[in-house]
Amino acid sequence: MKPRAYDVAIIGAGIVGAACAEACASEGLRVGIVEADIIGGGATAAGMGHLVVMDDSEAQFSLTRYSQVLWQRLAAELPSDAEYESCGTIWVAADAGEMDAVRKKREFFQARGVPVGVLDAKSLREAEPNLREGLAGGLLVPGDAVIYAPCAARFLIKRAQSHGAQVHLPCVVTEITADGLRLNDGSLIAARWIVNAAGTWSPELTPGIEVKKRKGHLVITDRYPGFVKHQLVELGYLKSAHSMTAESVAFNVQPRRTGQLLIGSSRQFEVGSKEIDANIMSRMLVRAEEFLPGMRKLSTIRSWTGFRAATPDKLPLIGPLPARENLLLATGHEGLGITTSLATARLVADQLLQRASEIPAEPYLPARIPERVHV
Amino acid sequence: MSNGDRSFDLIVVGAGPAGIAAACSAAESGIHAAIVDNSPGPGGQIWRGESRTQNSREAASWYKRLITSGVDILTATEVFDQREAGKISAESANNLCQLSYKKLIICTGARERFLPFPGWTLPNVIGAGGLQALVKSGLAVSGQKIVIAGSGPLLLAVAAYLTEHGADVRVIGEQAPWSRLARFSFSLVFQGRKVLQSFQLRRQLSGISYRAGCWVVEAEGNGRIESVTLRSGAKTWKEPCDYLACGFHLVPNTELAALLGCERRAGFVRVNNFQESSIAGIYCAGEPAGIGGLELSLVEGQIAGYAAAGQREKAQKYFGERRRLRRFADALQRTFALRNELSTLPGSETIVCRCEDVSFGRLREYSSWRAAKLQTRCGMGPCQGRICGPAVEFLFGWKTEFVRPPIFPVAAEMLAGGTGAERN
Amino acid sequence: MSKTVSVAVNGSRVTVTEGTTALAAILMNGRTFVRRSVMGEPRGALCGMGVCFECRATINGKRHSRSCMILCGQEMDIRTDE
Repeated sequence: MKPRAYDVAIIGAGIVGAACAEACASEGLRVGIVEADIIGGGATAAGMGHLVVMDDSEAQFSLTRYSQVLWQRLAAELPSDAEYESCGTIWVAADAGEMDAVRKKREFFQARGVPVGVLDAKSLREAEPNLREGLAGGLLVPGDAVIYAPCAARFLIKRAQSHGAQVHLPCVVTEITADGLRLNDGSLIAARWIVNAAGTWSPELTPGIEVKKRKGHLVITDRYPGFVKHQLVELGYLKSAHSMTAESVAFNVQPRRTGQLLIGSSRQFEVGSKEIDANIMSRMLVRAEEFLPGMRKLSTIRSWTGFRAATPDKLPLIGPLPARENLLLATGHEGLGITTSLATARLVADQLLQRASEIPAEPYLPARIPERVHV
Repeated sequence: MSNGDRSFDLIVVGAGPAGIAAACSAAESGIHAAIVDNSPGPGGQIWRGESRTQNSREAASWYKRLITSGVDILTATEVFDQREAGKISAESANNLCQLSYKKLIICTGARERFLPFPGWTLPNVIGAGGLQALVKSGLAVSGQKIVIAGSGPLLLAVAAYLTEHGADVRVIGEQAPWSRLARFSFSLVFQGRKVLQSFQLRRQLSGISYRAGCWVVEAEGNGRIESVTLRSGAKTWKEPCDYLACGFHLVPNTELAALLGCERRAGFVRVNNFQESSIAGIYCAGEPAGIGGLELSLVEGQIAGYAAAGQREKAQKYFGERRRLRRFADALQRTFALRNELSTLPGSETIVCRCEDVSFGRLREYSSWRAAKLQTRCGMGPCQGRICGPAVEFLFGWKTEFVRPPIFPVAAEMLAGGTGAERN
Repeated sequence: MSKTVSVAVNGSRVTVTEGTTALAAILMNGRTFVRRSVMGEPRGALCGMGVCFECRATINGKRHSRSCMILCGQEMDIRTDE
């Protein structure tokens, strides 16, 4: 396929790049997507696929909530192998102190129109009989869902193609030039705008942006339908996600439509190797067993690792680089890439078409970290 | 649940012929050794149940040697991980065993290769070795009509065994062409003992139609197999049957070797003259180092056992015999190479991944194993790609990726390293 | 005369000789399949040696047990998919 001049060339066919491609192509822009390996092969493949609304900051809330609603609207059109399940989330409180945090969360979400409910110890046990005795309760967020992201990414790419987008795969970008992308065979893909949605690879193409790899482990079990019914997350998850220390684990478990249980989560900086770290995987499993004692006996069939693209302030980079108006970033989503992919895509499309976004775009603009971004 | 932490100078993983030979050789040198196997008893596949039934004099003699050697025999013990160098994690009767070693010999054997064809998932379509294993484990096949098909010398051995147990073997369909089989028979002349074996086999199998250049096109039946459609040259016909025993020769069980980081070449574990892998102190003998059959497994096992025990001169005495047997093994591989027609057998709806019910038609959309896996979940089930992996390699040329723990499904508490009390 | 062992297959009493696997006990008395696949297909044994996982049954309450790898024990409770 002869590369032609695109309105927008998107680097990366992960969930974020795929969503951007769909959003731009459906607006009539001529879109080219360049992917070095396979659709949804990076963090998209490794992650949990949890579509979750977060309250750790206004900016995080805005983005996750906006995106979650977009997913809810898209759900009916998703193919069955994208496995969209509205299982909801329960944020689990271990003690009275954490129940205070639960109530604060409820206030936060209710004030912003997100339906939630507080579960006391008894109703928590009724909702999830396999949780251990003695937990204080939790916050139920029924609008949260789970999805199998690689298939969702494929769906979004196909949608983009149906609007005329072209996919170049496998195709390695070696350089972002002033007017396009240089590929490793020397050829050039010309584009008016470029979107770097390359996840953990994005700093290779846009040196200087602060996106670091944050390694995670996951384990999946054989099929035990009904063992858990909601995505279960401990309140300590946020401490783990926000900690800048070298490594942490937090209880985060998900039921898949197949009846398999997906067990996470772990975070490590400064680790380049993809190999399983036995110690951290143990810590993660032990932490999960503390909440779900019966999990000990479930048959685990696979483990894997992945790298999240993490930024210094926990918010993604969405928007143009200050010095390069035609180069946009759509990266740095840490553990919320799948959730916020659709909103990210809308923000990108809005910026390309120079129209107002449904949520303020400033908190995510790369320009917010001025000194560190050089091109 | 108790934590069984044990230490040995040498651990042999796999108690088939190679493992038994390795363990005996090493232990007789005074080394403190254990042999580990996930089956309820030793013997691997070819000597399954021999400790009880005593059908093979050779097996009985080796088994006796094993018992008297003082080797710790740990059966129903399945190795699933190595968390730190020199210490493998195994599960036995719902207990975690962390087994430390100074030297390790991988004798994990081989498994049958399965290729998909329409109807292959019907009940009573079983591997050739698989059906033999089932009969050895208590299944009665007396009077049952059996078609044996696929490829490899195993088909003949299984036919003889099933006939001995009263089955009515209707036909043996070997996909390799006559021309290749004829060359192989000729080479048997140079393998003394094998000529005798094949003569005995011929006597046992007289009356059974053995067709070369013949393969299964489809298995038919309602809820279980009722007939098989076979093709041979221009001829296609239906054979009613109660069982179809179908396997396409063997693929090596290299998952443990891969987990430990041993280099592989063309799918087999790379070893030096002393059967030592690319990792010092880790040896490999038998099928994972190259499919070669019983005698070669015994010889390689002895070489590895002596070498691991520091008895290199004793090991070297077997080099000549190994050379001769390897020539036979190479001839074996060439003879039973898979013909192209077998890749045309699956239809669009034919299941390729049995764990996740992924059809051939869905897989055809992808150009890499990784993309196919991610999009369809082929290979992501409990068999961890052991069945569909060799099939997709043959059908699409896709090679499997690196291996991660657990190499067998295991309870979460095992993967985590035991209960809280036992963990450091 | 070999020893016999008595097990329960889906609630029915089955007597087998010592050394019989749970899988063989399941497949006696005319039963051909052990589990239902993801899409509901009946599946029986395939490899006979513990690598294919088609023979998974619930044995003494433990789900997803490979019945070909487990010898029948006295009073063993074996349950398969219907």
